Amino acid sequence: MGAGGETAAVIGIGMTNFSATRGDVSMPGLVREAALRALEDAGMDWDDIDAVVMGKAPDFFEGVMMPEIFLSEALGCVGKPILRVHTAGSVGGSTALVAASLVHSGVHKKVLTVGWEKQSESNAMWALSLKQPFQVSINAGAGGYFSPIIRQYMEESNAPELIGCMVAFKDRQHALLNPYAHLHQKDLTFDQVVESPMLWEPIRYSETCPSSDGAAAMVIVHESIADQAPNPAWIHAGAMRSEANNFPGRDEVNPQASRECAADLWEQAGITNPREEIDAAELYVPFSWYEPMWLESLGFCERGDGWKMVESGATHIEGGDLPVNCSGGVLSSNPIGASGMIRFAEAALQVRGMAGEHQVTGARKALGHAYGGGAQYFAMWVVGADKPNN
Amino acid sequence: MCGEKVKQMRKVAVVAAASRQEEKMLDTEVEMMIPLITEVRTRTGLDQTDIGFTCSGSSDFLAGQAFSFVMTLDAVGPVPPIAESHVEMDGAWALYETWVKFQMGVIDTALVYSYGKPSPGSLQDVLSTQLDPYYVAPLWPDAHSVAALQARLLLEQGIITPDELADCALRTGTVESREDYFLQPLLADPLREADCPTYADGGVALILASEEKADELCERPAWITGIDHRIDAHHFGVRDLTAAPSARLAAKNAGAHDGPIDSTELHAAYTTHDLLLRKEMGLDIPKIPQRSYPIQADTLMASGLLRIAEAARSIWDGSANRTLAHATAGPLLQQNLVCVLDGGGD
Amino acid sequence: MAEISVPSSLDGVEPVQSVRTPIRMEYIFTPGVAAQTYLREFGNKKILGNVSPVDGAVLVPPRGADPRHGALCDEFVEMPHTGHVGSFCVTNVPIPGRDLELPYISAWIFLDGADIGFLNLVAECPPEECRIGMRVEAVWKPDDEIGMTAENILYWKPTGEPDIPFEAAGVRGWHVRRKGEADA
Repeated sequence: MGAGGETAAVIGIGMTNFSATRGDVSMPGLVREAALRALEDAGMDWDDIDAVVMGKAPDFFEGVMMPEIFLSEALGCVGKPILRVHTAGSVGGSTALVAASLVHSGVHKKVLTVGWEKQSESNAMWALSLKQPFQVSINAGAGGYFSPIIRQYMEESNAPELIGCMVAFKDRQHALLNPYAHLHQKDLTFDQVVESPMLWEPIRYSETCPSSDGAAAMVIVHESIADQAPNPAWIHAGAMRSEANNFPGRDEVNPQASRECAADLWEQAGITNPREEIDAAELYVPFSWYEPMWLESLGFCERGDGWKMVESGATHIEGGDLPVNCSGGVLSSNPIGASGMIRFAEAALQVRGMAGEHQVTGARKALGHAYGGGAQYFAMWVVGADKPNN
Repeated sequence: MCGEKVKQMRKVAVVAAASRQEEKMLDTEVEMMIPLITEVRTRTGLDQTDIGFTCSGSSDFLAGQAFSFVMTLDAVGPVPPIAESHVEMDGAWALYETWVKFQMGVIDTALVYSYGKPSPGSLQDVLSTQLDPYYVAPLWPDAHSVAALQARLLLEQGIITPDELADCALRTGTVESREDYFLQPLLADPLREADCPTYADGGVALILASEEKADELCERPAWITGIDHRIDAHHFGVRDLTAAPSARLAAKNAGAHDGPIDSTELHAAYTTHDLLLRKEMGLDIPKIPQRSYPIQADTLMASGLLRIAEAARSIWDGSANRTLAHATAGPLLQQNLVCVLDGGGD
Repeated sequence: MAEISVPSSLDGVEPVQSVRTPIRMEYIFTPGVAAQTYLREFGNKKILGNVSPVDGAVLVPPRGADPRHGALCDEFVEMPHTGHVGSFCVTNVPIPGRDLELPYISAWIFLDGADIGFLNLVAECPPEECRIGMRVEAVWKPDDEIGMTAENILYWKPTGEPDIPFEAAGVRGWHVRRKGEADA
C-alpha cells in the first residue's frame, strides 16, 4: 500500500489569481507568483529546492516552444534539474505526480512543481484548431467533441435534462468562496444558467469552462522534512492511466482507463468505500455533465446513479456528504496546464485545513483528479491529514 | 547542495533498443513507431501488458499540431489502459522520468520512446520560437546563427581553434579531409557547413528492466550506473556562452569520472558543441568512435535517447564495457543529461 | 509579491501590458502510407477501411494502425456508403475557416461493417429529429469537384430506414457483434 517508495507530503501551495488576461504579469512573472507563494507557505527559499517539475498544455497557447527552457532563471533552476511534462488536459495532475515520484524514489528531498497556462498570449482557438490536413474540419472546440459523449450518458442513465445546470450553478456558487477563482458571478441565478445559450447541445454556454491565465505550484518534500512542517498533506496514493482515443468497443462514457486508474488509486490508499472515506473531491469537470460521469467512474456510486448524487445535493459544500469542487472547479477557472494541478493542490489545501471559506470542515482525506485528451488520459491522487500506513 | 541522495539507487538496465532515421520520412509518426516498438517488445518477449510503465518524448512545435503525442500513443496499443506519461522534451528525459519510477520500486520493466519529424516544417524557424519570447525570438535568429555567436566567442577567446574544428569535422564525418574543411564556404561565419547539423526524421524505442528482470531479457544488460541532468541560464546576456556548467555538473553527478570511459555518445549537433562538451566533461576522444553522429543526422526530441540506445549497443556487442551517453536541449547546450552505462564486466 | 522599482523618469507612464509578436510557420505534411491509399480511392468515390491483422476489426478511416494492439494494418476493405449515427452534437458555434449555417449537426458516423466511427456533418435533417442510431447515407460533392481530399462527402442524410437500437449503436455495436459471434 501507499504510492510506493519513500513517504512524501505537500508542505507548500501557491496559486495566482485566475482571469481571462493577466496583462499585469509576463510569463515568468506568472509562474513566479505561484512559485513564490508556495515557497513562502513552505517556509523555504529558491536555494532550498533540489529540482523543478513544470507542466503545461500545448506550447501553441503561448507561441513558445518548450518554454521551460527560457523560464530556467524565473523558476530558480540554474544548475538544477527541470522536467517538463505534457499529458494533455491531465497535465497538471501528472506533473504533480512526477514531482512526487522524485521524492518517493529517494532521488530528491525537496521538489517544486508548477503548472501554468497563459492562454491570453495567443488566440486559443488558433492554438487548438490548427487546420489538420487529410481530415474533415468539423470540430468547433472541445465542446463539440464531448457533447456526443454526454448525450450518450444522458440516454443510458435517463438523467433529467437539468442535471448539468445544477452542477454549473453549484460550482459557480462555490467559486464565490474562492478569492482566486476566475468567475465570480455573485448575482447568477439557476434560471440564468438554464436560459444561457446552447452552444453544443446538450451543453449550454453556462455549462462550459472559461479560458484563463494562471499558475499553481506546490512544494513536495520527503517525510523527514514534512515531519517538521505544521500541517503537511501526506500523499497516500498516486496513479496515472492512458488509453487510445478511438477503438472498437471503447466505453467513451466511462472509460476503462478512468476505472482502472481509480481502482489502483483506492488500493494504494487502502480505501474500500470511497464515498465514506473521502471527505472532499476536486474533479476535473470542464463541462458540467462530467461531474456525475466521473462520480460513477471513480466508484462514488453505481453506474447510472451519478446524477442522483448531484440532484440530492451530495456534492454541494453546504450539507453535501461528498463536496465536489469547493474551489469552484474547472468550470470557474481554467488555465489548462494548471487546471489539474489546481485540483491536486485544492485537495491538499482541504486536508491541511487551509482552504479558507471553501474549507470542508474536518476534511482528513481528499481526492485530486484530472483528465485529458478525448477523456483518455487520467491522473489522480489521494492526500490525507495523517501519514499513510505503509 | 542539490541532489543529496536519500538512499542507495536500484539497478536498472537498458535491455533492448530499435531506431530508424531518414532524411525525409513518408510514414506518419504512428507508422514509423509501430515497427520500432514491436521490435523491442519482440526481442524481450514482452507484451504491452507485461510492461510496467511507458514514457515518451516529443514536441508539438516540431509536429505542427497541438497534442500531437496523443495520436502517436496508438503505436503502443494502449488497450487495456497503461500507466503512461509524456514529456515535451527529448526522450532522454522520458528515460530519466522512467528511471525515477524504477527507484520507487513499483515497476520492473518499462518502454521508453521518442520521435521527431523536422522535415514538414522549417526547423530554423521552429527553433527560434524556443528563445526568449520578449527580446530574442521576435528577431527570428536561426539556429546556425545562434551557434555562430557561441563559436565566435570560443574562437576569439582561444578556447577552441580552427584546427580543432577541422579535426572534429573529420572525426564526425562531415568532411573527407582537413583540406576539404578549409575549402568549405562559411555558412554562418565562423561556422562552415561541416560544422553544422543535417536534420533527419526518426524515432527510437527502448526497453528498461530492473535488476530482477534484466538478465532474463538480455544477455549482457547495459546497466545505468549513473544518470543526472541539469539546466543553465537561458538569457544570452546572463549566460557565459563559452561554458556549459550544466554538462560538467551532470557528468560529475552521473559518475562519469568514477572509472574509465570506453566510448562516448555525445548529442553534439555542431563541431563546437563536441569540443566544448569534451572540455566541460573532461572527456578524451575515445579510441572507439561514436556509433553515429547527430551532426550528420539530428533528430530533435529523439537524438538524446538515441545516444543512450547507441551507448547500450556498444555494451551489448561487447565493443565497450563502460559508455557515456549525453543528451542536450535548448540553445547552445543550455540543458544537459548524462547517462553512464556499464556492462558489468572487467 | 516582490516590488519592482522603475526609474523616476518613468513615473506615471502607462505600463506595457502586451507586445504583439506575430508568428507564422508553414508545415508541409505527408499523409502517411495508409491515408495515401485511402485518399487516392476516396478520389474515385470509394471509401476504404483498414482491417486489423489481429481480429479483423474494420477501422475507418484507415490510419495504418490498430490502436488496441499497436499493430500495423496494411489490408484494406471497401466500405458501403451507408451507416448510422453513433452520437451527435447540435452545434451553434462556427468552425474557424468554415462557412456553415448554424446550427449544424456534427455526428459520429459508423459505416455499415465498420467498428469505429468518424466525425462528419449530418444535414437534410432538422436538429430535433436527429437521433442516436439514425440510419444515414453519404451525399457526395458533384463529380467534377471530387479530388484526393478528405472533403469529398458534403454531408450525410437520413435514409428513412428504421433506427439501430441504442444498445447496438455507435461504440456499443462492437460488443453486440462480439456477443453474436460468440453465441453463434
